[in-house]
This record gives sequence, structure tokens and C-alpha cells, in this order.
Amino acid sequence: MAEKIATRVAYGNALANLGETNHFYVMDADLSGSTQTAIFGKKFPERFINCGIAEANMISAAAGIASTGVPVFCSSFAMFACGRAYEQIRNSVAYPRLNVKICASHGGITVGEDGPTHQYCEDLAIMRSTPNMVVVNPADATEATAAVEAILKYDGPVYCRLGRFAVPVVFDPADFRFELGKGNVISDGKDVVIFATGIMNAAAIEARELLKGHGVDAAVVDIHTIKPIDRELIASYAAKTGAVVTAEEHSIIGGLGSAVAEVLAETVPTKMTRVGIEDVFGTSASAEVLLDHYKLNAAGIVEKTLRLLGK
Amino acid sequence: MQKQETLLLAERAAEIRLRSVDAIYHAKSGHPGGSLSISDLLAYLYFKELRIDPANPQDPARDRFVLSKGHCCPALYAALAIRGFFPVEDLNTLRKLGSYLSGHPDMKNVPGVDMSTGSLGQGISAAAGMALVGKREGAPYRVYAVLGDGELQEGQVWEAAMFAGHYGLDNLIAFVDFNHLQIDGDVREVMNPTPIDRKFEAFGWYAQCIDGHSFDALETAIENAKRADKPAVIVMTTVKGKGVSFMENQSGWHGKAPKAEEYEIAMKELTATYETCKEATIHG
Repeated sequence: MAEKIATRVAYGNALANLGETNHFYVMDADLSGSTQTAIFGKKFPERFINCGIAEANMISAAAGIASTGVPVFCSSFAMFACGRAYEQIRNSVAYPRLNVKICASHGGITVGEDGPTHQYCEDLAIMRSTPNMVVVNPADATEATAAVEAILKYDGPVYCRLGRFAVPVVFDPADFRFELGKGNVISDGKDVVIFATGIMNAAAIEARELLKGHGVDAAVVDIHTIKPIDRELIASYAAKTGAVVTAEEHSIIGGLGSAVAEVLAETVPTKMTRVGIEDVFGTSASAEVLLDHYKLNAAGIVEKTLRLLGK
Repeated sequence: MQKQETLLLAERAAEIRLRSVDAIYHAKSGHPGGSLSISDLLAYLYFKELRIDPANPQDPARDRFVLSKGHCCPALYAALAIRGFFPVEDLNTLRKLGSYLSGHPDMKNVPGVDMSTGSLGQGISAAAGMALVGKREGAPYRVYAVLGDGELQEGQVWEAAMFAGHYGLDNLIAFVDFNHLQIDGDVREVMNPTPIDRKFEAFGWYAQCIDGHSFDALETAIENAKRADKPAVIVMTTVKGKGVSFMENQSGWHGKAPKAEEYEIAMKELTATYETCKEATIHG
């Protein structure tokens, strides 16, 4: 079993490391322990700003800081950083294209016991539809670490979704390469392609193994950047396999599934199915229980894949 | 203040008003009422107070100005153009396709605009962010922001007020344009934000209440604010639509352009004031 680390932990450590050689600020809204920005805050208190429970002000104040030429990372739970402060993100950050990185932890259903008010499964959709916004959803600690460095180097607004729940490390840091906007082919395959994003990559890798038992050779491709999406890679794997599955810890409306469908409708119309939250609010339970309950697991991917392939 | 300086500022304010109404008329839409109520303040800031250079609008050390009540940008655009940031001839392209002078200020396209605003409540937070990073980085600039009185109904304003007070942002000066009117009527009847000064004081600010059409009062209040060891708010009592007889104190002139015959009357009044001011400046 691979080591398990939450992407938020990788984020917190990455900020603290990058802060040694890069000048940027970090803001939080009273959740710095949970979002892990406290690691940076302890190390660089002069560049850390706790805004209290006031996300709207945090985002617009970040815009003001960024307007002076200093990059800013802003963190809270996805529900509040993105949901509560959406209009501030749109008008204060995205419209003037300021260098603010909204790195939101506790995205998706794996928030767990806190329940539906805190489980945000619509963030990728709302951020993806916002002009000027780059949207990233790392798979594991390795990818989150690389993503934080990449979005710091990128000059412009970014939304990066991080998770509360410890997830398997699927990428080896030793030979891992990360490029914004470019998908990662995890495994090649000829019968079907599973495009996965975020923590669903681990489930997709597991599903690939299970599908072998059904005589299905599945490719697994990690789409960490939801926008700009890797159109060429998606179209080429759809053409090659003729069947597409998307897997995301997000609503099936507006996220990866929609983005892939949009690409395919205009390039290589291909039969497809979407694994995700089926347009419902969540419920309170542990992350593990919820992933099983909503079939955001290998079994869920296998079930939908076999149905798609008529097996 | 020296008499000559007061006269010059009055002339600039008159020109800002004249060009604001002219631009709104040609745009066939816009917000004359609040533009006219802040024209004296903008004249003071852009022709006496702000350390800015039209030849170097992105100077990192420059003072910052944030029009949190962004809809009153016709007056800001006029002040910037007269100050030399862009040609005054461009003012009448306001709100037209292809113009950089949008219906609300766009920092990426309008020289001299330091923050894109328009959605109420956000500008003051951005100003506070600029002030905080300026303090921490040891930058020499001050940040000036203008809020509307109706804008104070936005909860974000008070998040920003708490933030600025908490971090002791003594390089931030906010002005409240207390013209008493918002779209639906008197602010005290729609949703009463008073007492404004005491609310800010409770959040750790230094508050003053002045006549927002008096340059002497502005000078005294701004100099007091600069000496304060905390963020400062200057609550300016103003007249919405100031300078155009039929627009004064009328909430109906919050966000509409004058018709041709109204435009003629307004321009006659504003031109007369401007000419009088010019005469006075020349003759002392």
C-alpha cells in the first residue's frame, strides 16, 4: 500500500519551502491549521496574514497586495474561499488578472463528517467558467508539491483544489514532471480511457487493474489542469480507445466530465460516461464511507466502464 | 490654504464636473450624482495631495487611489485626464465599444487607475491590502480610498474596517461620500448606516466629519489623518449632483444621463462656474 498524504499537507510544506527563495505572501481565514498555511506563517510571520473569518475581505485584500507586484496565496476551505468569496474572486482577482492563487483545501466530498454545508463539489465548475482563471486539481502529494511551484511561477490567477483526506501517493517524486495544462499519462491502454482528476487518480489506477480481469485494457490519464484543458491529449486518447470515462470528486455537472465532453463534442465525438457526484448534496460520514457511498472508488469506475462498453 | 491655491482647486473641480457630465451625456448612461459630489475631493487629491506622475503611472512608490464606489468613475477619468494621464479628448468615448474608459474603472487599461472596482465593498478591501503590504515592505506610499454612503451597507466594508483597524494601517485614508442618497432614496431610510464615524471608531479608526466641498476642511482633515497612528476615515457631508441645479439632492440622478435639453442647461451652469473660477484664478 502506498504511503498516504493529504494534498493540503504537501501544499503547506511546499509553501514553507518555496518561501525561502521566493517573495510572496500567504493569507488565511482562521483555518491555517487545517489548510496547513500555518507552517509558512510560523516560518515567515512577516509575510503571513490571518484575515479572520472574513473570506470576502481576504480575497479583495489579496488583490490589493498583488496589485503592488507581490504574489499572494489565499487559503480557506473550498466552500468559503471559492463559494463564499466567489464574486470577489471574479471581480477583484480574475477580471484584473491579478497574481492571486486561491489554494482551497477541503474540496469535495472527503471533507467527511462536517457534512454538506462544508462539502463543496461545485468549485471546479464555477472556477472553470470564470475568465482568466487557471484551475488545478492535484492527484497526490507529489503532484500538489509540483503544482504549487508551477502556479507560483505562473503570473496570473489560479484556483487550486486541495483535499483534507490522506490519499495514496501515486507519483514518484524522483521522475515526476508537471506542466500546467498538460495531462499526465499514467498507463496506456487500448479499450477505454479513464480521465481522472484529483484524488480519483488513485481509484482509476486501481480500476485499471480490476478491469484487466474483465478483459479490458484501460488507459489512465491524469487531468490535473481542468483549465486550460489538454484538448490534444483528450482527443487523441478518445480517438485511440473509442470509449471515455471521466472520474472526479466533484459534481458531474461542470467539472472534468463536462470539460472532456465539450472537447470531444467538438473534436472526436466519443461514447462516454461520467463518474462523480450525481447532482446531489452530500451527507455526514467519514471520507472513506462517503467515497464508497457515492461510488467514487475503483468499483464505481469499473461498474460504469463495463456498462459503457456493454460488458 | 493660500487663496490662489483654493481658486486653482475650485477651477479644477469645476472642470472635472463639466467633463464628467459631458462624458455621461455622450455615453447616454452613467452616474452623474455621485460623480459630482466627489469632484471637489478628486480635485484636491489629484492636484494637491497625491504623489503621482502621469509620465510614470506604474511607479511602485506612488500613492495609491482606489475608487471603491467605482460607478463614479466619470469624475475619476476626468481628473486623470486633466492631470495628464491620458488625452481629455478620450473622455467622451466613455462606455463605448472599443474605449478603454469602461462603465467602471479597469486598472489594466486606464492609466492612473490603481484598482478595478465597481462591485461595491471590494475596493476598500483592496486598498487595505495595498496599505498592509506597503507597511510591511517599508514602501513610502499612502493609500486613499473613496466609499459611498450606500456602499457602507455592504458587509465587506466592515470586514475591511476590522482588518485595517486590527493591522493598524496608518497609511490608509478612507473618505465616505456622505451625500445621503442611494438609488432607492435616502440612505437613512433605505438602510441606515449612521453613525458612520462612530462605527469606524469602534473598529479602531481615527474618524473626522467635514464639509466635503471645502478645500480648507479637506486639507485640515487629511493632514490630521496623516498624523494619526491608525487608519483614518473622513466622513464628508456632500451634495449629490453638486453643481447642476436640477440634479442636486435628487436620488433620480444617481444613475442616468441627461436628455439633450437637460444637458444644455447643465452645461450652461457648469461652464459658467468653470469660467468664473478661471477668471478668479487669473485675477486672484
